[in-house]
Amino acid sequence: MTTAVSFSRVSRHFGAVRAVDDVDLSIAEGEFFAMLGPSGSGKTTCLRLIAGFEQPTSGHIEIFGTKVENVPPYRRNVNTVFQDYALFPHMNIIDNVAYGLMIQGMGKAERHKAANEALELVALPGYGDRRPGQLSGGQRQRVALARALVNKPRVLLLDEPLGALDLKLREQMQDELKTLQRKLGITFVFVTHDQGEALSMADRVAVFNDGKIQQVGSPQDIYQRPQSRFVADFVGSSNVLEPDFVKQLTGKATYASLRPEAIRFVQSDGHAATVTGSSYLGGTTRVGLALGDMRINALIAADQVVPQNGAAVQISWQESELHLMEDAQ
Amino acid sequence: MTAASPVTEPAQGTAILPGQGGWTGSLSDRFWRNPKLLLILMLTPPVLWLGIIYLGSLFALLAQSFFSIDEFSGMVQYELTLKTYGELFRPANLDIIIRTVSMAAIVTVAAACVAFPIAYFAARYARGKWKALFYIGVMLPLWSSYLVKVYAWKLILAKEGILTWIFAKLHLTWLLEAWLAIPIIGGYSLSVSYTGTFLVFLYVWLPFMVLPVQAALERVPGSYIEASGDLGATPGQTFRHVIFPLALPGIVAGSIFTFSLTLGDYIIPQIVGSSRLFIGQAVYAQQGTAGNIPLAAAFTVVPIVIMGFYLWGAKRMGAFDAI
Repeated sequence: MTTAVSFSRVSRHFGAVRAVDDVDLSIAEGEFFAMLGPSGSGKTTCLRLIAGFEQPTSGHIEIFGTKVENVPPYRRNVNTVFQDYALFPHMNIIDNVAYGLMIQGMGKAERHKAANEALELVALPGYGDRRPGQLSGGQRQRVALARALVNKPRVLLLDEPLGALDLKLREQMQDELKTLQRKLGITFVFVTHDQGEALSMADRVAVFNDGKIQQVGSPQDIYQRPQSRFVADFVGSSNVLEPDFVKQLTGKATYASLRPEAIRFVQSDGHAATVTGSSYLGGTTRVGLALGDMRINALIAADQVVPQNGAAVQISWQESELHLMEDAQ
Repeated sequence: MTAASPVTEPAQGTAILPGQGGWTGSLSDRFWRNPKLLLILMLTPPVLWLGIIYLGSLFALLAQSFFSIDEFSGMVQYELTLKTYGELFRPANLDIIIRTVSMAAIVTVAAACVAFPIAYFAARYARGKWKALFYIGVMLPLWSSYLVKVYAWKLILAKEGILTWIFAKLHLTWLLEAWLAIPIIGGYSLSVSYTGTFLVFLYVWLPFMVLPVQAALERVPGSYIEASGDLGATPGQTFRHVIFPLALPGIVAGSIFTFSLTLGDYIIPQIVGSSRLFIGQAVYAQQGTAGNIPLAAAFTVVPIVIMGFYLWGAKRMGAFDAI
C-alpha cells in the first residue's frame, strides 16, 4: 500500500510553544484518517504542515514519497476544506468552484462544465449563479468541498469541516463525506475535536494532546483499548480507575479504563457505590456514581429504572471489559 | 450542605422591578415603548443641518451658475441661461479644467500605488505596537497645520532646498537637472514645477488613501489568501484574483478623497507650482477679485459632475460588489 503522507520526527514550534512536538505519522493512500484532539493539541498545525501553510521547525514531511520542505502550497496537489470555508465573496458559486481550474488556465466553458459536475457531486446542482452570502452554512460547506474536489487532489484535507453545522446536518454530512470518500478513493485527512465524528467516519484515528500523538489506531482500538489515561478520558469518556483499586481486582497497580456502558447494576456481589446524579440523554441515561474516592459514570438503557439520587447501589462488570493501561502516567 | 450564602439563597421579592422614577426614568420607559420617537429626536438636528444649511447653501451656489454677468457693468443678471457654462469651454478655462483633472488623476493613481503596500503591511502583518506606530505614522501629518506642511515642502523643494542638497551630495545633480529640463513637468526648480505640486498633493492626501485601503484589507481573512494558494494560485495570481478585487472598494473610497480633494484645492498650487491656475484657484479668483460669482459657481459644478461620472463608472466596474 502506498504511503500518501508521512511525518518523520516533525516539530513545529511557535516561539516557546511546541505546537507539534516530534511527531511520526504515516497515512496510507485511500485512507480516511482522522486527527482527534482538544483545541491547541497540534492537530490543525499538522494539517497546515501537510497543506504547506506552515513549515516544520525540524523533521521531514513526505507526500507520496516526495520531500515537501520548501514546496509552496500552490505546487502541492493537496486541497483543503477550510473551517470557515473561505469562499471568495466577490465571485459566484460556479467561479468559486472553478477557481483552481481557472488558475490552471482551463477555458471558461470547460471549467464551468467541470465545476457543475462537482456541484452535482455535492448535491448542489443549479446553485452556480448564487453568491456565497446567499447560501446556508451547510450549503457553503458543500461548495467548499466541491471547490477542493474539482482539482482532483491526491490528498484532501478537512479542517473541522462540520464544526459550524447543527447536529442533524452534521450527522447527514458525516454519512455523505464517508460515501464520497469511498466513491472517489481520495485520501482524506480530517481534523476534529469531536470523538464521535472521528470514530464514526475514520478508518484510523490519531489522538493528539500537547503537540504529541497519544495513540494511532482503528476506532475500535482507540475506543476499547486506550493506551493512556488521556485517550481513555477524551475518547468516549471512559472511566479511569485508580491503581489502588485496580490492584485489589487484578493484583496489578496500574490505571485501567472501563467504559460507562459496561457497568451493570446488580442486586448482590457487586462493588458498593453511591448514586451522585443522573442525566437523561434520550436513548440512554447517564448515572454518576461515587465508587470509593472515584467518580465514574454508567450508561443505562432508557427502559431501565434509574436509581434515586443518593441511593446505595451495587455495580459490576465483566472482567474482560476492564482494560489495563500499562504505560499510562 | 454548605452554609447558606447570599448567592445560593432562593430569590425573593417581586418579579417586576419598580421604575427608576424621576423624569429620566419615565423618559427611558417612553422611548422603550416608542423607539421611533427616539429616532426622530436624534435625527432632526443633523437632518436640519445637512438638509438646509449644508445642501441648501450648496444648491444656492449652484443656482448662481445658471445666471450670467453683464460684461460692461459687471452686475449679475438674474435670468436663467447656459451662457456661463459656455464660458467654461473657452480655451483658457478648458486648460484649467484639463490641468486640474489630469493632476487629480495622476495624484490618485500614485497615492493608490504608494498607499497599497503600506496598508497591506498594516492590515496583514502589523500587530500591537507596530499597528499603533502605523496609525500614528499615517495620522500624525493630519494633526499638524496644513499650511505649515505646504510651506515646509516649499523649502524642501526650493532651488537652495534640502532635495537639491541631497542630490548634490549623491552626485546626482545631473539627474535632477535632466528632470527639470523636461517640458511641462519641469521648471526652474521643483518648487515652481508641476512635479513639486504633484509631490505635495501626494504627501498631503496620502492618509486619505491609506486608511480606507487598510480598512478594506483588514476585512480579508487570511484563509482567503491561503485558500487561493491551496487551489494552485501563485502569490501574484492571488493578488490579481482575490486580494485586489476585495481591496477595490477601499481603493475607490480612497480615490474619491484624493481625487476630489485635489480637484478642489486652491492653496497647494498657489504656494508650490507654476503660476498656471487650477480649478480651486479659478473659483477663488472669479468670486473674489473678478466678482464673477456665476462663473465661479460653474467652475464648482465641474468637480461635482466629474465625481458623479467617476462613481457611476466605478459602480459599473463592480467596485462596490464586495461591500
